[in-house]
Amino acid sequence: MDRKEYDQLADELKPAGHKIKNAFYAFLYGGVIGIIAQGVLEFFMNFYDISQEEATPMMIITLVLASCLLTGLGIYDKLAQRAGAGTFIPITGFANSMTSSALDCKSEGLVMGIGSNMFKLGGTVITYGIVSSALLGVIRYVITLFG
Amino acid sequence: MSLRFLGNSLKINHVYIKSSGTVCGPLEHQGPLGACFDKSIQDYHYGEKSFEKAERKMLRDALDICLKREHLKYKDIDLYLGSDLMNQITTVHYLARELPRPFIGVYGACSGFALSMATAALFIEAGFMEKVVTMVSSHNATAERQYRYPVEYGAQKRETTTFTATGAVSTLLSSQPQPVRVEALTLGRVIDYSQNDVNDMGRAMAPAAFDTLMNHFQDLKRSFHDYDLVVTGDLSMYGHQILKEMLLRHKVDVVHYNDCGCMLYDLSSQEVFQGGSGCACSALVTMGSLYPQLREKKMKRILVVATGALLSPMMTSQKESIPCVAHAISLEAVE
Repeated sequence: MDRKEYDQLADELKPAGHKIKNAFYAFLYGGVIGIIAQGVLEFFMNFYDISQEEATPMMIITLVLASCLLTGLGIYDKLAQRAGAGTFIPITGFANSMTSSALDCKSEGLVMGIGSNMFKLGGTVITYGIVSSALLGVIRYVITLFG
Repeated sequence: MSLRFLGNSLKINHVYIKSSGTVCGPLEHQGPLGACFDKSIQDYHYGEKSFEKAERKMLRDALDICLKREHLKYKDIDLYLGSDLMNQITTVHYLARELPRPFIGVYGACSGFALSMATAALFIEAGFMEKVVTMVSSHNATAERQYRYPVEYGAQKRETTTFTATGAVSTLLSSQPQPVRVEALTLGRVIDYSQNDVNDMGRAMAPAAFDTLMNHFQDLKRSFHDYDLVVTGDLSMYGHQILKEMLLRHKVDVVHYNDCGCMLYDLSSQEVFQGGSGCACSALVTMGSLYPQLREKKMKRILVVATGALLSPMMTSQKESIPCVAHAISLEAVE
C-alpha cells in the first residue's frame, strides 16, 4: 500500500471532529468569562467609586488570579478540554499557560525550573506581541508622515 | 544470512516466563482490567516530589513484586533490561543505579515492552544467561511534560489523541521450564508513512504494525488462525481500525484481534480519547491479563505486537514526519 492510498484509507476512518460543538462551547465559555469580567469591573467601579479606566487593571488582575488558582487546583485544564478557544483566548488562557509551565517545572528548582520555563508557552505571545506592536508603530508613523 | 533467523523472525525454544510484577495508575485501576494488576497507585505523585521520581518508585515496586514471588534478590539476576519513554531512558537508568548486576537500556518508545522481552529472550536462547529481568514503565504526567504540554495546561485535546498509560511492569525470563514460554519473535523495521501529527499516533504507527505482522506471518508461515489472540500495543481505537482495514485489503483474514490501548480502559466511560498508549499499556495488558490466562491454559498462544512512535519533539518542530516501529513476541502455554 503506498502512502497516498494509506492517507485515503486513514481519512475515511478518521473519527468525526466536533467543530460545531467546539465552536458553540468556545462561544459559551468565552462569553461567560466576558460576563464575569464585566461584573467584576462594574463591582470595582461602584464599590470603590472609580472610573472604568482605573477599575480595568483591577478586574484583569482578579481574573488572572482566579485563572491561576483554578490551574493550581487542576480545574482549568478540565474546563479547557470542553471550552477550547473559549478559555484559551481571554487573558485567563495566558495566565494558565504561565502557571502551568511554572508548576510543571517546580521540581527543577527556582532558577533552572520556574525562572527559565515560566514563559515556555507564553513567551511566544510576548515576543510576537512586541514585534507586531513595533511594526504597527512604524506603519502608523509612516501614515502620519503622509497624512 | 543465518539459518535460524527467518526473514525478520526467530523461533525460540528455551525461554520461559518465570515471574512478573505489575503496578498501575489510578485510571488503569478503574478500567476493566483493574483487578488484574498486583498493585495500583492512587496519586500520580505517589508520595514523591516529582512525577519522574514517582515513575521510578512505581517501577521499583514492580521489580520487587516480580522478584519476591520467586524469593530472589537483586544480585541473583544475570542481566537487567529496561525501557521507558523519557529522554535518556531516565526512569530505568536511574533505577539501575540500585542494581548490583549488569544493565542494558533499550529504547523503542511504546514498543519498549516487546523490544526488551525480545532482547532478553535472545540472551537466554543463546545460552549466555539464565535469569534476565525486563522492566518497562510509563507515566502519564512525565510523558505529557516531555512530549506535549505542561500537565495543567489548558489545551483542547483532539479526538485522535491517545492517553499515556501510567504503570510499570517487570518480567523475569528464565531458561528453566515454566508454564508459559516465549515461542517466537519478530523484530520490527522502522517505517515512516509521512505522518506528522503528534496528536494522532495510531495513524502514524498502524503501518509499522502492519509491516511486522505481515513479516511475522510470512516468515513463520502463520496466520491469525494460529493464535488465540493477537494484540497490538497502543494503536488505539482509530489506529486499530486502520490496521484492520489494511489487513482486509491485503486479503488477510482478521480474527481474534484487539488492541491493548482499547482493552486497558473503558473507552465509553473513561476520558482517554482513542485509548491508552505508552510502554506500560502493552506491558500491563500482556503481563496483567493475558499471561495469567496462558498460565491457566485458557489460551494456547498469543501474539503481542508492541508499537512505538519514535518521534523526537525537536524533529517534529523541524517538520519531520514520525518514524515508527513494531516488535512482536509470541507467548505460548507449555503443554
